Amino acid sequence: MKKLQDFTRNPDAVSFAVLAIVLVFILPTVLEIFRLNLVGKYLTYAYVAIGLVLSWGLGGILSLGQGVFFGLGGYCLAMFLKLEASSPENTAIQSTPGIPDFMDWNQLTALPWFWEPFHSFGFTLFAVIAVPVIFALIIGVAMFKRRVGGVYFAIITQAIAAIMTILIIGQQGYTGGVNGITDLRTLHGWDIRTDEAKYFFYYLNVALLFLVLLVACWITKSKLGRILVAMREREDRVRFSGYDVSNFKIFVFCVAAAFSAIGGAMFTLQVGFMSPSFVGIVPSIEMVIFAAVGGRHSIIGVVYGTLLVNWAKTTFSESFPELWLFAMGALFIGVVMAFPNGLAGLYTSYVKPLIGSIRPLLKERARLYETPDKGGPDMLNRGTAQ
Amino acid sequence: MKNYCSKERHGSMRRALIRSLVSLPLALAVSTQLMAAPATSDVNTTGLAVTDDTVTVGILHSVTGTMAISETGSVQAEKLAIDQINAMGGVLGRKIEYIQEDGASDWPTFAEKAKKLLVNDKVASVFGCWTSASRKAVLPVFEQYNGMLYYPTFYEGLEESPNVIYTGQEATQQIIAGIDWVVKNKGAKKFFLLGSDYIWPRTSNKIARKHIEKLGLEVVGEEYYPLGHTQFNSVINKIKLKKPDVLYAIVVGGSNVAFYKQLKAAGIDMTKEKPIVLTISVTEDEILGIGGENIVGAYAAMKYFQSLPNDNNKAFVKAFKEKWGKDIVIGDVTQAAYLGPWLWKAAVEKAGSFDIDKIKESSPGIELTMAPEGYVKIHPNHHLWSKTRIGRAKDDGQYAVVFETKELIEPDPFPEGYQ
Repeated sequence: MKKLQDFTRNPDAVSFAVLAIVLVFILPTVLEIFRLNLVGKYLTYAYVAIGLVLSWGLGGILSLGQGVFFGLGGYCLAMFLKLEASSPENTAIQSTPGIPDFMDWNQLTALPWFWEPFHSFGFTLFAVIAVPVIFALIIGVAMFKRRVGGVYFAIITQAIAAIMTILIIGQQGYTGGVNGITDLRTLHGWDIRTDEAKYFFYYLNVALLFLVLLVACWITKSKLGRILVAMREREDRVRFSGYDVSNFKIFVFCVAAAFSAIGGAMFTLQVGFMSPSFVGIVPSIEMVIFAAVGGRHSIIGVVYGTLLVNWAKTTFSESFPELWLFAMGALFIGVVMAFPNGLAGLYTSYVKPLIGSIRPLLKERARLYETPDKGGPDMLNRGTAQ
Repeated sequence: MKNYCSKERHGSMRRALIRSLVSLPLALAVSTQLMAAPATSDVNTTGLAVTDDTVTVGILHSVTGTMAISETGSVQAEKLAIDQINAMGGVLGRKIEYIQEDGASDWPTFAEKAKKLLVNDKVASVFGCWTSASRKAVLPVFEQYNGMLYYPTFYEGLEESPNVIYTGQEATQQIIAGIDWVVKNKGAKKFFLLGSDYIWPRTSNKIARKHIEKLGLEVVGEEYYPLGHTQFNSVINKIKLKKPDVLYAIVVGGSNVAFYKQLKAAGIDMTKEKPIVLTISVTEDEILGIGGENIVGAYAAMKYFQSLPNDNNKAFVKAFKEKWGKDIVIGDVTQAAYLGPWLWKAAVEKAGSFDIDKIKESSPGIELTMAPEGYVKIHPNHHLWSKTRIGRAKDDGQYAVVFETKELIEPDPFPEGYQ
């Protein structure tokens, strides 16, 4: 009982539990597998949004190029799956069997060297995290050590997203170009397109999401989180206090990149392909919008924000195929005008006070019921009064 | 604006429209046909969206985003074909209803919507996609859930899915006859190949180069620019320097506007044919953006031009303008999209069933004599036999047809030695 009370008094634990109940129990029971798979896809963007809460909401570093890391993570896994799908038996009609189909179209006659390691699943799992993180590290060192920040950093990340798209589309023999890496079938011989696989990936996705949420929660609560907030508010004071600001920025930027990469890899598994349209400027900005709608200071808020925006996108476009973009625009404007802190802001400014006003009443009632058993000071007082 | 309301409204409005259109004798014919309609349990054994008097299909194109300008024509053509089929009594006595989804010029969205149409709505067939990228994105979905896609665009080939009917040309059908024509009739010897940088222009130019070299002629240059590129001055200088007889241009989308304007501004008068500009990527739709006066004199190799003089086409153009407005232009892909519902209807009727597996089997060999482009036939490889035609751009934005192949050209999506 005591434990439960502690638990309910901890707002983070409650919101975690509510989210877990929604994702693990409610959605899988009320949604058919097709819709659940879509929710799974939306949740992969939530990883990026959580990363943005850390780097943008907490650290004040606005990156408009998170799609790059999402894409790199997704591409690493897609390369592994594509190699598995391009076995010599499956690709017998090609001029060079055993290499991915798009390489064959582009007159490549051998697998490029950087594709070779992706035959190994172990290496792929490592690369899914390592490649984006190393890339983020390079960007981070290059930018933050030179004290590039604010708007300039946002613009540079946007340029990187644009460069990355052009690179992937231009080098189509090595990357699949604008089509992306498509037609992924199996993982270790296990068909990833079946309904069972989709349920499995959905739960795996939710489990990883909670892992990421826990890490993010730990960072926000730790001393590191406070330093990040301090940096966001008054960077120079933190620097004068003896902290190396750039290292903290690089760290949080890399963490955000790693989160995005996990999202990208889960995306590839659930959707069955990866394409440069997730790497560019538009998806990167869209991901910032998810974070803004959810509330950029709240790790749980952005998960709901991502779900809401994507659900709205799907629903509006199914109902009004020619007008849905206007509805989306209205939603964004509405949210930003009415709740500048997003859904989480809505919660803290309206719902929480409501709960706050109910709670003392509940406590009062609980006290009345509890006191007789305990025979606490109240009884004593009453006794003395008599 | 009414048109943009919910799908249910769409359907009932269309029914009302058709009711008012169909004259009494036709209505009688329809009702007898309805009575004769085979039982749903016989024609639909796999749980598709077929009832006793309706069958639901999907339309999946981009109506928002950068591709909307190209794909709108296809949507209009498909809706026109569906209306006309319904006015004739539908398919197996069932009216066609459609669910339209927006691919939003975004390939993953195409995959999501394709899955929705097949899994959720259980549509009997889908007419859709435009870019190769969107087709590649939806292809695994169609194969996994066993759907049928009618794909209208001319494309690079190298694909042959049992779940797709390709109503546009694959690359060899557009390229080889065009090059033969320019060699034979214009005595061309030197070619300069130019394209936007993605798979369709690259594959097409690869086929063109092989064919040119096989004829013992010379390719003096080959260049690619990213999609959306607008600065063509340096390549135009290169073209002037190399003096090719033919500039073979596969520039796509918005880049076309910049390319043809800069070509004209650089003093290359296409009506003088020095060099001859031959394109496979500019239909009447694109000329709307480029402006007829900027491209007058260029040649295009297509299978369809709006100006084709046959009776089928005259009726098609008239019906299209009546439905969608008199200023509308009809390009090659729009016509190919129009064939989709008709080919599907023919396949369903030949199979006597809406079942996808039976349509796959019945499709090869289906002939369409009412096609605006003339007679077409489905090849066992699921592409169409069609003619290649050469048109010359006029300043009013239309093409004058100057040549057409005598025979239908066999589709060959995997040309030997071109891969």
